[in-house]
Amino acid sequence: MHAFDYAAASTVRGALDLAGPGSAFLAGGTTLVDLMKLDVLTPDRVIDVNALPLKGIRLHDGALRIGALERMSDVAAHPVVRSVHPVISKALLLSASGQVRNMASIGGNLMQRTRCDYFRDVTSACNKRRPGSGCPALTGVNRNHAVLGTSDSCVATHASDVAVAFVALDAQVVLRSKDGDRVAPLEEFYRLPGSTPDRENVLGPGELIAEVVVPVLPWARHSTYLKIRDRQSYEFALTSVAAAVDVKRGVVQDVRLAAGGVAAKPWRLRAVEEALKGGVAIERTFAEAAESAVDGARPLAHNAFKTALLKRTIVRALLDAAGAR
Amino acid sequence: MRVNVTVNGEQRQADDVWEGESLLFMLRERLGLPGSKNACEQGECGSCTVYLDNVPVCACLVAAGQAQDRSVRTVEGLAEGDQLDPVQEAFVEAGAVQCGFCTPGLVVQAHDLLDRVPNPSDPEIREALAGNLCRCTGYEKILDAVRLAASRR
Ligand SMILES: Cc1cc2nc3c(=O)[nH]c(=O)nc-3n(C[C@H](O)[C@H](O)[C@H](O)COP(=O)(O)OP(=O)(O)OC[C@H]3O[C@@H](n4cnc5c(N)ncnc54)[C@H](O)[C@@H]3O)c2cc1C
Ligand code: SF4
Ligand code: FES
Ligand code: FES
Repeated sequence: MHAFDYAAASTVRGALDLAGPGSAFLAGGTTLVDLMKLDVLTPDRVIDVNALPLKGIRLHDGALRIGALERMSDVAAHPVVRSVHPVISKALLLSASGQVRNMASIGGNLMQRTRCDYFRDVTSACNKRRPGSGCPALTGVNRNHAVLGTSDSCVATHASDVAVAFVALDAQVVLRSKDGDRVAPLEEFYRLPGSTPDRENVLGPGELIAEVVVPVLPWARHSTYLKIRDRQSYEFALTSVAAAVDVKRGVVQDVRLAAGGVAAKPWRLRAVEEALKGGVAIERTFAEAAESAVDGARPLAHNAFKTALLKRTIVRALLDAAGAR
Repeated sequence: MRVNVTVNGEQRQADDVWEGESLLFMLRERLGLPGSKNACEQGECGSCTVYLDNVPVCACLVAAGQAQDRSVRTVEGLAEGDQLDPVQEAFVEAGAVQCGFCTPGLVVQAHDLLDRVPNPSDPEIREALAGNLCRCTGYEKILDAVRLAASRR
């Protein structure tokens, strides 16, 4: 591990003053400490932000507001989250292990890095870690990689589960810097890799995620998160789907869908949503609508199965969310 | 840097801690508590599980500085004097220990589960222990041990 200085900030102002190019904020540390040990991340200053007042889970002005430093386990267990947006709680409980969730924060979760093995191995080339060095995953082992939103520079997935639920629900992130606050839809917070896969989001240097704001959608009480993985627990997604659906008299009135495990960022499935609206809430409708999920997909040598698996995951998640089974 | 931390109820101080050290390293190498084990160092195996402010975490992914002024409880802090905790006793009696490397982490994680859920179902036990890998036992005896401990608490 490279040498760095360590500073604990007690106020947001203090943290922002300490921050700059080459610094990193430390929340739970489950990504940062891990990747620093591997020399994948080499900040020269680490700013512990755990004492900052970026906490709290509350309903305010028609939205659920979650402080960036809230722990994954606390958010998952929170009664308001569970009743208003169960999909958030489910996505969190299907993430990582109990020990990791007890430490990891929501802000850190949104900022976690890809699990691409080449990215995590400093002896290998990787455009995301070392711009311009190449992408061995394109022709190497790419079973876990993305099929949507990829580029010739990078085919990595975004690994967060809860971000998929947030994107389905039109969540926004409040970003805080010395210039004040700005708000971005989480979907647009993430960048596609294009030719600069090292730039994963729109966060400026030394800018903090302060809060996640999720608009309340009364019918999202019936929402679910379905995660398909190689083992039943404690594994990243091959495919996952966050689904909320409003069915009246057997007809889909409205729907929110997003997918994980398959794309360069949490992937909203708008074309599928449009195809579903006004349809009869039965399996055949769901299966027909799911076809458009993979429009433009670019499967690789080892992950072509993900296109079929994604469509099936969508159908099952919709059946669950619609209470059809 | 200097880290002040309460460990197993005692106020402790570690000096000359390097910023890059993990809580696990500090406990094992500076504070003389080798109970929590160092295996994957990536949060994957759970053998380093300790309580940090009453919730179990992977000590290998906690920077030493994050423990400043907080409270840690390790596997060494579960027994009362010579009296093992019921979870520890159950692991011995059920034969849930083979090489023993995973045991301290599993004992702490199972201890937390039974504090929260006194009578867990089998799926609840499995899910709670999902972050603890064991290469020897095949897990069946570990499940037996947790059921046994639950029946006695
Ligand atoms: C073994 C293992 C299994 C896992 N499995 C899953 C899984 O199945 N699903 C899943 O979704 N995740 C999984 N994860 C990832 C885990 O959820 C993340 O590591 C965790 O959420 C990161 O949060 P943290 O608070 O520990 O972040 P840290 O490690 O403290 O920070 C991560 C990054 O975010 C930055 N950062 C932190 N907070 C802020 C902030 N408020 N504003 C701006 N930047 C910030 C840091 O500088 C750093 O770059 C797994 C992790 C491990 C180790
Ligand atoms: S897929 Fe992306 S992260 Fe993985 S090696 Fe290629 S450039 Fe790096
Ligand atoms: S050593 Fe910490 S989880 Fe394996
Ligand atoms: S007893 Fe050997 S790893 Fe579990």
